[in-house]
Amino acid sequence: MASLDDLKKRISSVKSTQKITKAMKMVAAAKLRRAQENAEKGRPYSDKMNNIILNLSNGISDIENAPKLLSGTGEDKVHLCVVMTSDRGLCGGFNTNIIKKAKLYFQKILDEGKTLKIITVGTKGYDQLKRLYGDKIIERISFKESKNINYFDADKVGKIVIEKFEKKEFDVCAIFYNQFKNVITQIPQEQQIIPLNTSEKEKNSSEDNYEFEPEEDEILSNLLPKNISTQIFKAMLENSASEQGSRMSAMDNATRNAGEMVDKLTIEYNRSRQAAITKELIEIISGAESL
Amino acid sequence: MSEEYSVEIVNPEKSFLSKNDVTEVVVPAFEGEIGILKDHISIISFLKPGIIKIFSKSGEESFYVNDGIIEFKDNNLSILTSLILNLKDIDKEKISEIQKSAEEELNKSDINDQEKYLLDQKLEVLKSIN
Repeated sequence: MASLDDLKKRISSVKSTQKITKAMKMVAAAKLRRAQENAEKGRPYSDKMNNIILNLSNGISDIENAPKLLSGTGEDKVHLCVVMTSDRGLCGGFNTNIIKKAKLYFQKILDEGKTLKIITVGTKGYDQLKRLYGDKIIERISFKESKNINYFDADKVGKIVIEKFEKKEFDVCAIFYNQFKNVITQIPQEQQIIPLNTSEKEKNSSEDNYEFEPEEDEILSNLLPKNISTQIFKAMLENSASEQGSRMSAMDNATRNAGEMVDKLTIEYNRSRQAAITKELIEIISGAESL
Repeated sequence: MSEEYSVEIVNPEKSFLSKNDVTEVVVPAFEGEIGILKDHISIISFLKPGIIKIFSKSGEESFYVNDGIIEFKDNNLSILTSLILNLKDIDKEKISEIQKSAEEELNKSDINDQEKYLLDQKLEVLKSIN
């Protein structure tokens, strides 16, 4: 059995760990609120953008000549995956969930004999993927320096993706991120951004006649790159809310576990202290008896 | 009959402005300024850098935009833009900052005519503000 001193040390060390996790939980909770607000505020923009694009693409009769970003290259050989993770750890299953989802997709692509290219956003994703898919990672981006998520960071990622698309480096692009549902649940998402998912188009059967200035095609080819950035930005916002939510519940669990451990250790400590006292008493009594 | 309609300006971070007592909006569309009154035909267009003017019952407001898309439909005007500044509380430093980066961009050799045109426009507008 551990000595009293050892137990005391362990108790105090678990207690200080608990303090840290508690503080982290509180920080995450505060950040979560902000991140959630941002995610909600960002929604109108991406929704409106989506709507306009749907209206526009409905107006395009000539699918053959539609911008490549909308209709794709017509091939399906090279897949580019943008895996978006956090820059910091200690957030429960947040990163692992995204990576798991992404790995499934990677395996499918590779099994079908297609080429895979990966861009990682956030350092944690890179750390987890470099062992298995190190040679597939063509770019790694991290926004450790920027405190808040802003559109210009997302735009940078978007520009990289578009540049690569224009150089014909890939045919299909998908992004992976966690969608924020609530503090406990975050759903890892896979979203195809190039070519734009056409199945959604049917839902919006608007028959409005718009006036376009300049021509549809020109607006569309201007709008689509922006849409890529917008989608990435949306994913980043969702991701940051999810990260904080995930961290909050992870730290909440850790705090609770630490509490349980302290209780257990304290009981053990008290028992062994009591045992020591009893032992001493017995020694004294039996010593006195033998006289 | 009322001559008012509603306008909403959104940037990626948030809904920037929303008004429903607007009588006229002048936007710097790509091929020239457009003034939009109530019951305008549905239109989609994109913007070049410039000034948006909003006339409403409560007065006139002006904003600087970097770029954007507008959609007008059923007397709702939506303006999507990545950067928007209210001219009322604009700060000189910010303007010079944008101006500087635009100038740098313009000096790059690998830009095409359209980009050059947009950047020229941007500088012109910024100078007029400053």
